[in-house]
Amino acid sequence: MDLFEYQGKQYFERYGIPVSKGAVADTVDEAVEAAGRVGYPVVVKAQVKVGGRGKAGGVKLASSPEEVKAHAGNILGMDIKGHVVERLWVEHATDIAKEWYASFTLDRAAQLHLLMLSTRGGVEIEEVAKSEPDALVRVHVDPSEGFTEGQASQAVMDAGIDDSVRSETAELLTKLYRCFVEGDCDLAEINPLVLTAEGKVHALDAKVTLDDNAGFRHPEWAEFAATETTDIREKSAKERGLNYIGLSGDVGIIANGAGLAMSTLDVVSQVGGSAANFLDIGGGASAELMASALELINSDPSVKSILVNIFGGITRCDEIANGIVEAMSRVDLKSPIVLRLDGTNAVAGREILAGHISDRLVAERTMLDAAARAVSLAAGR
Amino acid sequence: MSIFVDDTTRVVVQGLTGSQGRFHGLRNREYGTKVVAGVTPGKGGADVDGIPVYDSMKEAVEATGADTSFVVVPPPAAPEAILEAARAGIRLVVCITEGIPAQDEARVVNTLKRDYPSTRLVGPNCPGIISPGMCNIGITPGDIALPGGPVGIVSRSGTLTYQALYELSQQRVGQTTCIGIGGDPVPGTSFIDCLSAFEADPATKAVMMIGEIGGSAEESAAEYIASSMTKPVVAYIAGQTAPPGRRMGHAGAIVSGSAGTAKGKMEALGAAGVRVAKNPTEAGEVMVEIVHGL
Repeated sequence: MDLFEYQGKQYFERYGIPVSKGAVADTVDEAVEAAGRVGYPVVVKAQVKVGGRGKAGGVKLASSPEEVKAHAGNILGMDIKGHVVERLWVEHATDIAKEWYASFTLDRAAQLHLLMLSTRGGVEIEEVAKSEPDALVRVHVDPSEGFTEGQASQAVMDAGIDDSVRSETAELLTKLYRCFVEGDCDLAEINPLVLTAEGKVHALDAKVTLDDNAGFRHPEWAEFAATETTDIREKSAKERGLNYIGLSGDVGIIANGAGLAMSTLDVVSQVGGSAANFLDIGGGASAELMASALELINSDPSVKSILVNIFGGITRCDEIANGIVEAMSRVDLKSPIVLRLDGTNAVAGREILAGHISDRLVAERTMLDAAARAVSLAAGR
Repeated sequence: MSIFVDDTTRVVVQGLTGSQGRFHGLRNREYGTKVVAGVTPGKGGADVDGIPVYDSMKEAVEATGADTSFVVVPPPAAPEAILEAARAGIRLVVCITEGIPAQDEARVVNTLKRDYPSTRLVGPNCPGIISPGMCNIGITPGDIALPGGPVGIVSRSGTLTYQALYELSQQRVGQTTCIGIGGDPVPGTSFIDCLSAFEADPATKAVMMIGEIGGSAEESAAEYIASSMTKPVVAYIAGQTAPPGRRMGHAGAIVSGSAGTAKGKMEALGAAGVRVAKNPTEAGEVMVEIVHGL
């Protein structure tokens, strides 16, 4: 789960990482009120989960209520790469002397944590990493041992952080690592990490991605989840416990496992069709979850046929079959279902469905045949 | 022959008394796997359909001589279950648990590397491992596998592992071992671990590899295949038409560069001499052709 900047900063604050004083605003009036509270001059910042908002005009400096009013009015409702701005973060402006970069993430290839630190922060850091690899210090950290004080002081020295704030920066990195590990982040990134004119080190931006798998030990994440997506289909899927991504085609897809779901998309495209969604019902889905998945797909007006591709392992095909029967009796399914069922308890599953096979529920024996049938039904053939 | 497990493998199921543990543990035994014990803290002395349950891995190993464990416990308990198995001297831990936090995985995998280098972890979040006709540990439906080889299968995706087995078995091409390494960020066993074991296994004559978008494991595997494998490899990468994921921040892009897309992975594998198929069915057909030409 990606956090908005303001949520990331609030998350950083829990771990003692210095951030600017700021407040959230959803309207122009709230923005003016927030600016008064945090103190002028302020920066009015669009809250969107996409990069490049500065270039798009989503970040503006304001030194009076009139300016806040004007900027907030322009930025709210702005479309930044398909993300509509619904919320602002108004923070006290920082007098910047230098812009640096710091992040912790997992290096999957090395199976180790990775600190990246550079004095060449700002928007072009990916470019810097390519053209001047020496300007980006990379330190691998063994997750079973943790980030040591020695590593922190060596990193700030190697990166060429100003002498006067080396120990302060090392301490900030240690806090950022704690946030990354104890806060269960996939990514904790500060770009820019700034040195202020007063000589303080400070996080001016926050990019935090939380590991959804760790939600069970973070009840405080509930507030982040509430603002996670604005896509109604995706919101509804999340509430049902389904892994769903909306797409633009007309063949609704339900499969178990991300790999099989992706493969189903591949095959639908290879036989000339186009998927309306990606939907993975996960492992061990119950009849209730399966029925719920069908209802969700049924609510998408662009869907013309539904392809259910199940290869049971931990998922039992009899549960899937019961879910289909339940959905068919509970709701009026607008589109025909094409079903491919194999694996654990497949024979039992097919027996449950035997009495329901019709032109609304078609069974095919292979994934390719099922995809071809679903695509031709969607095309009205 | 096979890799990692055979008909002498003795399995203890961690979480045998849970509903999933019982269902799949008993199915594994029914398949012919030597399921010799279960472990559930606080339930020592009980039994599940005749399989004795112990309080700890240490007791289970001492009493039954188990050398392999099947971890089927919920995410909060799984990291400690894996480490407990390693401490008890288990040489192979198969963990199917889905949803373990990445930080826990990273810690456990690195602890195993450092303190228990002779313990291999397969998974987490994987279907398990099957050497058809000999041993099935995990949730793979045993009836879709065909004993006798000569194909080894390694897959990052659970359900596509079954699809791969099914495609080959339908064509009467058997498998030596089929191993699901799981799609989590920090898997205990890599493509390369499996490819090198298949390369060394005399009964395995060809290998099918199923990858997915994300990460750089397939690209690393391609380098290994180009430099060190003599046996033919057929690959399929899922997600050729997947929508590009939303990505925040720069760290991911800096770490992985251009790696991660289906196209990049397919090209890397193709350049390494791998026959790359566009879907699982085609992968099966290409493999059948290779096996018939052996």
